[in-house]
Amino acid sequence: MVSEDYRVMWQELGMDLDKHDEFLAPVPQLYHDLFLAQGNRPASMEYFDFVMSEVHGLRVKELVEFKQAGGFVAGTFCVYVPDELVLAAGGAVIGLCAGAQYPIPAAEKILPRSTCPLIKASLGFRLERICPYAQVSDFLVGETTCDGKKKMWEIMNDYGPTYVMELPQRKDEVDRELWQAEVRRFKDYVEGQSGRAITPDTLAGAIRLVNEKRRALQRLYDCRKHDPAPISGKDVLLISQLAFFDDPQRFVAQTINLCQELEGRIERGEGVVPAGTPRILVTGTPMPLPHWKLHHIIETSGAVVVCEETCTGTRYFETLVADDASTLDAQLEAVAGRAMQINCACFTPNDGRINDILRLVREYRADGVIYYNLQFCQTYSIEHYLVEKALQQAGVPVLHIESDFSEEDTAQLATRVQAFLEMLG
Amino acid sequence: MVVAGIDIGSRIAKAAIMEAGSIVSYAVLDTGLDSTQTAMKVLRLAASKAGATASDIQYIVATGYGRVLVEFADEMVSEIACHAKGVNYYFPSARTVLDVGGQDSKVINCDEKGRVVSFAMNDKCAGGTGRFLETMADLLQLPLDKMSMLSLKAAKPVPLSSHCVIYEKSEVLLKLRQGVPKYDLVAGIYESLVTRIMDLLAKVSLQEDFVFGGGVARNIGLFTKLQERLGVGAKTIPEPVIQGAVGAAVLAGERMREGHARKHQKEWNTWLTTI
Repeated sequence: MVSEDYRVMWQELGMDLDKHDEFLAPVPQLYHDLFLAQGNRPASMEYFDFVMSEVHGLRVKELVEFKQAGGFVAGTFCVYVPDELVLAAGGAVIGLCAGAQYPIPAAEKILPRSTCPLIKASLGFRLERICPYAQVSDFLVGETTCDGKKKMWEIMNDYGPTYVMELPQRKDEVDRELWQAEVRRFKDYVEGQSGRAITPDTLAGAIRLVNEKRRALQRLYDCRKHDPAPISGKDVLLISQLAFFDDPQRFVAQTINLCQELEGRIERGEGVVPAGTPRILVTGTPMPLPHWKLHHIIETSGAVVVCEETCTGTRYFETLVADDASTLDAQLEAVAGRAMQINCACFTPNDGRINDILRLVREYRADGVIYYNLQFCQTYSIEHYLVEKALQQAGVPVLHIESDFSEEDTAQLATRVQAFLEMLG
Repeated sequence: MVVAGIDIGSRIAKAAIMEAGSIVSYAVLDTGLDSTQTAMKVLRLAASKAGATASDIQYIVATGYGRVLVEFADEMVSEIACHAKGVNYYFPSARTVLDVGGQDSKVINCDEKGRVVSFAMNDKCAGGTGRFLETMADLLQLPLDKMSMLSLKAAKPVPLSSHCVIYEKSEVLLKLRQGVPKYDLVAGIYESLVTRIMDLLAKVSLQEDFVFGGGVARNIGLFTKLQERLGVGAKTIPEPVIQGAVGAAVLAGERMREGHARKHQKEWNTWLTTI
């Protein structure tokens, strides 16, 4: 039951309550069927179940109170955008990428249908006023990772201030310089918005905190390298998604708590599935909340997802910011430097991603790779060709799937996934 | 040894009975609303045609979109694997199988035992499927078989620029109004579908023998056009609609020989009386 307080809060945030009710209505049942009904779940998932049950409630309330106490909230859409600068200026960061079908028809009144569903859903939430996180954000931060997003920000800006960072598309010296300049420009913007200066002290604290979050996620992923896998891919995907929303300090503590339980399972040789269950690595486009479709299909077809080379997976946490710098200048350089180690398909060339995938297949002992990209995502769908070639040369079976947030192709995808698993033998 | 394969498709349910290594009978029914009921019905029908009853059946493999609803099956296998096996039953020399179905299309490379080596399927789009032909037949107010024969008369197939069902519909309507003869238009529609199929075939390596299966294989207009474009002769199995069920039955026979135990030995007798 939704408490009346939340309804008042949503109203004050300018939300469309009727649409919001309609949007949230199917979630409890869906969450039960996909998550709670899984067998042998780690007990420490209870915290994440709670966060999910309060996803538009308690956490939003915290942010409203945080703002009342003088804080500010930035909404972001990409793992390249440096959370550290927002935190160092006394703000909170929320990852706003949307993975729901519901707001897409609204977005299609403005955007061409042949636009990536993530872009459509992100704008659609803004148009429909059903995402409390977008509503509570003081400003949004876009970036130039693809043409669709780039042009969408111009429209989004009509619905709330949308700052855009220019992400280079190559990783040469000149590109690194551009990105450093962009990070410094963003620092000035954040300082202007918050009215607070970022100091070496506050930035050092923020770097430490975000690195801790990345380390906790790395530790969680390390657990999945074991056979039998101690936790389902679906549960880890959920945790990765919640990492973009939750209070970072609390998230770190709870994730470590879960890791301890999983490490106990590993020691005892216990798994969430039997040893020898086919292990799948998923690579491709992000899967924002609540896009659980592919993981659910894979894990109800007799396999387990052991790693995601995506922005809601390893690209989010594998690279840390060097924390040994003492001057603000050197710290900003370190913050910018982290992003330049992430291998997104928006870069050319992008051999680093292929090497990452080959390495992750070995580290996580994957039996096969499912290359997943959202429909109309040019960069990832084109890059599939080179990735598949490299995987085939390495003797790693790969299946390419293109889909979106809707449920209509579920049965068809289940057939393909099952046939792929049958081939793995 | 009597075993069965059941293929519950989105529209049609099929069952095939195998006895001593040969397919001895099959049956086909509309899937209807209750897939479990239909599965048992089509199984009984196929069994009776073989002079047997459902209780004689020792192992059942289910496939098709409704496979999970066949509670009494001993095993579920994807239709990709079943189609490959089914084609292998008729043509052990088949290495590439094309199946154009009502709502999806697939190409499969298989080995001499009918095992899947690689496969590709259409993505979220009806462009390269039977649904595309149905939409166009509807638009032209032609029955599918008539449309097929008509295309063979085409003098000059009309090129259609769009590969999207929705856009192509408007394009076809426009050409109709411009007075383009229906047979040239139909030939253009087949060209367009063949192009989509060629895109799909490009994702695997086309090897002979090449077998064109699935319901759409019965469409002589499309069949002819596809062979022309590929420059490769295609074989087709006598009853393409049952190839998945045949493959499932072959797999059921293999499992029996490998000594697999039935999954639902105990419940089977109850199901026989209750469903």
